[in-house]
Amino acid sequence: MQTVLAATFDEQVDSWFAPISERITSVVFYAVPLDFVDDGVVLPLIVVWLVIAGFFFTIYLRGFQFRAFKHAIQLTRGDYNDPRDAGEVTHFQALATAVSGTVGLGNIAGVAVAISLGGPGATLWMIIAGLVGMCTKGVECTLGVKYRNVYPDGRVSGGPMYYLTKGLEQKHPRLGTFGKVLAVLFCIFTLGGAVGGGNMFQANQAFSQAQSVTGGEDGPLGGGAAGAIFGLVMALLVGAVIIGGIRSIARVTDKLVPFMAIFYVLACLTVLFANFTEIPNALWAIVSQAFTPEAGFGGVVGVLIQGFRRAAFSNEAGLGSAAIAHSAVKTNEPATEGHVAVLEPFIDTVVICTMTALAIVITGTYADESSAPGVQTTSAAFESVVGWFPIVLAIAVILFAYSTMLAWSYYGLKAATYLFGESMLVDRTWKLIFCLFVIIGASSTLDAVIGFSDSMIFLMSLPNIIGLYILARVVKREIYGYRARLETGEIVPVAERT
Amino acid sequence: MPGSIVVGLDGSEASIRAAEAAADAARHHGLRLVFACVVPWSPYSFTTAEENERRSVDKAREEAAARDRVLDPLVTRLSAAGDLEVSGIVRHGHPAETLVSVAREHDAAWITVGRVGQSRVRTLLFGSTPSSLIQLSPVPVLVVP
Repeated sequence: MQTVLAATFDEQVDSWFAPISERITSVVFYAVPLDFVDDGVVLPLIVVWLVIAGFFFTIYLRGFQFRAFKHAIQLTRGDYNDPRDAGEVTHFQALATAVSGTVGLGNIAGVAVAISLGGPGATLWMIIAGLVGMCTKGVECTLGVKYRNVYPDGRVSGGPMYYLTKGLEQKHPRLGTFGKVLAVLFCIFTLGGAVGGGNMFQANQAFSQAQSVTGGEDGPLGGGAAGAIFGLVMALLVGAVIIGGIRSIARVTDKLVPFMAIFYVLACLTVLFANFTEIPNALWAIVSQAFTPEAGFGGVVGVLIQGFRRAAFSNEAGLGSAAIAHSAVKTNEPATEGHVAVLEPFIDTVVICTMTALAIVITGTYADESSAPGVQTTSAAFESVVGWFPIVLAIAVILFAYSTMLAWSYYGLKAATYLFGESMLVDRTWKLIFCLFVIIGASSTLDAVIGFSDSMIFLMSLPNIIGLYILARVVKREIYGYRARLETGEIVPVAERT
Repeated sequence: MPGSIVVGLDGSEASIRAAEAAADAARHHGLRLVFACVVPWSPYSFTTAEENERRSVDKAREEAAARDRVLDPLVTRLSAAGDLEVSGIVRHGHPAETLVSVAREHDAAWITVGRVGQSRVRTLLFGSTPSSLIQLSPVPVLVVP
């Protein structure tokens, strides 16, 4: 009796959630049918929107992300950290915080989805999307620092809501109201993205992986209410940190996540080396099928869209979330954080996503249609080489999911306090809602969740990128001005200062 | 001719004894006393977004706490007699490395610290400020039990 009740609970959450999710998804992913190319090929406008922004800024700033790379590493290493600023947030810390928010399930599940639906060729487009996304990130984070907010009590925070209001107002007083509208929209979408991609999608995939390594449907987590119970535990752990202020848990995760990320890359490399004779074939498949998939030219568009879409979901370039994470850095030069931020999509997409992609392509697990594409696809690739890897992957997935949730609860909080004002009531209400959605996410089926998370997260890019275009010249001045002073030797590393 | 004795303070009893010992030596040799309180901090630690937002506030709070609880009482007491020139500094950073750079800045004759008196296991796992100081310091290090 109890299990029947429990089963209906999960199903009820699901049936309540699915129609809402479908409606939002169909609006956000409004796609233009490209029948003249091939039957059934559609082009989601939102993906075009993100990619065009990436290419626009790459051209406008003349390949800034590539020229910035070396200096970004020097900044992150601390070569330019003023000793007087010891004790403040360093470039390394700002980057690490942002990376722990972005390295999540997009890198494991998202990549698997892209390759399962688009074939190995999607990898190449994903990497290209990552490379142009580096530029968008640099632009956002420069603005994030330039227009950040210093509260009367000394706290520092920034993000699109501030550059959309302050930046646009400064550009032209008549743009002020428009900026406010964009900022409010951005915050509403951020709240949605935070509960969607930043929370439910993470909880859902974490549960799915935990369930599969403990014996699937027949294991201890196979019961009807298991999703809800898993979600409850996860929600309590999230709540302990964000509401209870138990920093020690957050600190432990913060230390574990980088290790898990390194371990994850090592595990991918193990898969590659175990199949090293297959590496040339896999690389060839990735490059050749990016242009000539079996489905003809129409297929190319389909593959490209999958690659771009999953890359955007993973590295969040253009969404504006990173601008919130990077803004607290101690610097007088906004362009420095713009430099450092280009490393984020590089680590996330060009390195980690590519590793996942290679492991999946080499082992061929993407072709298995017996299970839905997602973490399972990656897990199967790992399992084919070392039997116990899926367990480690499950731990990694849960930790990545957890740290991503903590990051997004913060982004959501910043959006909520921007909309409703700084108060304990807003703070607590938001955090409680956030925890509630962890439970909903863990007990919902993937389709409903993935659709909702994608759509809300991608919506953030609408107001954000409009703002980026309007402020493009401001960014150019900041970055070029900084680089000019760097070249003339006005700005030198600490070790060379006299 | 060196000008000062740098004393590393962490508020422990041993570090207070180190300060007293350094004060005697400073009177004897006619040196200035520089009390340094280092808040352990690393530029490469991992932090949450919420901690980053509050970092400047927290830094100020940590500095104020170090001054109020550790430095100010000692500086007031030891400079009361009027025969000693005493100053106090608060810094963030790696304790031993930071003490070394303070010693360089203030032209220290030597560095005095208190013994930590921690268990062997703890020392094995985390090391101790006096022992890393001995490895790093360009001037003699005096450890007070």
